[in-house]
Amino acid sequence: MSKENRRKERIDRGIKVRSDGLYALMSWREMAYLIAPRFILIAGLLALPLLMPGLYWQRVISIVCIYAMVAISFDFLAHYVGLVCLGGAFFIGVGGYIAGIFNAYFGLPPWMTIPLAAIAGGGFCTLLLLPCLPLRGVYFAIVTLMYPLFMARIIEAFDLFGGTDGILGIDSFSSAFVEQYFVVGILLVFLFGLRRLVNTDMGLIFTAVMDNDQAVRASGINITHYKALAVFIASAMGCLAGACLTHIYMWSGISQFALDFSILPIAATVIGGAGTLAGPVIGCLILVPVSELLRDFGTLRIVFYATILVAFILFRSDGIMAFAKRKYEQIERWTQV
Amino acid sequence: MEILVYGTVNSVSLALMGLGFAMVYGISRVPNFAHGALYIVCGFVTWTLFQKLGLPYGVAIVLSLAINGILGILMYRLVLIRVRGMSISEIISSYAIGLAILEGLRYGGFRGMTYTLPVFMEGMVVIGGVPVDYHRIVMVIIGILLVAGLWLFTHFTKLGLALQGMAQDERAALMLGIDSDFMAMLAMGFGAILAGVAAIAILPLGNIVVESGYQVLIMSIAVCIVGGLGSWMGAFFAAFIIGYAQILSVVFLGSHFQMVVALLAIILTLILKPSGLFGQQKELEDRV
Repeated sequence: MSKENRRKERIDRGIKVRSDGLYALMSWREMAYLIAPRFILIAGLLALPLLMPGLYWQRVISIVCIYAMVAISFDFLAHYVGLVCLGGAFFIGVGGYIAGIFNAYFGLPPWMTIPLAAIAGGGFCTLLLLPCLPLRGVYFAIVTLMYPLFMARIIEAFDLFGGTDGILGIDSFSSAFVEQYFVVGILLVFLFGLRRLVNTDMGLIFTAVMDNDQAVRASGINITHYKALAVFIASAMGCLAGACLTHIYMWSGISQFALDFSILPIAATVIGGAGTLAGPVIGCLILVPVSELLRDFGTLRIVFYATILVAFILFRSDGIMAFAKRKYEQIERWTQV
Repeated sequence: MEILVYGTVNSVSLALMGLGFAMVYGISRVPNFAHGALYIVCGFVTWTLFQKLGLPYGVAIVLSLAINGILGILMYRLVLIRVRGMSISEIISSYAIGLAILEGLRYGGFRGMTYTLPVFMEGMVVIGGVPVDYHRIVMVIIGILLVAGLWLFTHFTKLGLALQGMAQDERAALMLGIDSDFMAMLAMGFGAILAGVAAIAILPLGNIVVESGYQVLIMSIAVCIVGGLGSWMGAFFAAFIIGYAQILSVVFLGSHFQMVVALLAIILTLILKPSGLFGQQKELEDRV
């Protein structure tokens, strides 16, 4: 066969077609086919803290999970609701500060401050973002990019909550074991919860708001209400991640509003696969450890992941997850045209 | 009087920073988030050519502006052209390029030591009781000449008219035989050169530090958003509003508030009137 008159053909695997319908229940093989990817992800994440040598790498796993939560919330907002929020650091910072304030000033234990930070932080972020919800596209992206910078400057200018020093002396988790399994568990709950959510009626409305908001409006549905709800869900997740971060480092400060927390989750989403929800987790599992390995090179690691990010946007814009899914579900072969 | 003089100086420097960003966005609709990086690159290239290679200052300036222009063109040609029209990919990829350049410069040794460019003219003059050095006056003159030059260029030359046509309606421009990709590439190049001019005019007043790249980016975004994205004259007027607001806040509140004012201006403008003071085109499209 010469190169000109052949093409690549992609066909769904038989087992994929069978397990789409009721046939999935007919045999163990089909069920295993359905369960395997999910099982590998869950078991892998749960086993990671045990496999890691030493405290340092166990800490890295916690950080991976925190970044992954922010990345999932970015993915959810951008690809299921159509609001591209470049301000992940805003959620992290607000959550971190709220947990820090409740713990250091009111003496609440971590198991109370974390849910409180999620709910109160989610409410706070939603309230602040409410006026920008009518914006779309570039405008929403720019305004959300500015929010974390703005918050950091406000805290610096008015010398709030310890000013540039931040809040010190915050309780840590009771043990490293509890810390890791807490963040891994929460991450899994968020991941599978969101996957459920986007398939419910509410998820359908979210997607419709992204595709054609005027049509949703014409159906008598209040889009601002739904956008605010989506922002609340995403920001509560981000704030929870921020609260965990505060308790892990026993400190909350201005650097939690730093651009790192906005950029790395986005890079992870692009690399892992946008709009898949599991992709960002995989992206974080790759990017964060690599960036830890490159810590000796200082700022060169930022250059490194910025380059990877550009390369993925240009050449592999669908990400690792879409690629893996294609390989898992379809066979490829050359056919004569 | 102090407020008036330094407000004007500050406003013109903001306008210089913002013009390049406004031009690129106005013509090619690419939000160039690498603008701050291009600004710093020009400063460092000029420094290297002037201090390390010992070229005359004038030659160093011209060479580094040319290098900056080529850099902008390459950035468009190699990366941005492939993601054009997908606004989020544009933002992310141009921001990533800017980040890579800035952090690469930081890694490459441009830190710790102080890097300064020489001023054009030494000495100072007293205007209404306020001492102002010559360089600041030269900077204001450069700013005004640049705006006037841009206005003449876009209204009376063929290339400028073509660029303006692109900015108004890309499809109509395509129909009239204007190569839109080529024009967008040129716009990117001009934007990079404008960033370089701003760098050469402003940097001699202080040290060249990598951090200021991020600040320049935020300032130029602030100027362009308040003035209306894509409107050059809007950017120029907005620079004066923000410039005076900043100086007033520094005088009456404290130096921390300089950045707060700029960020607040961005957020308020986007919430209240996203098309800005002078932009009218995209109001309906981008606000539901």
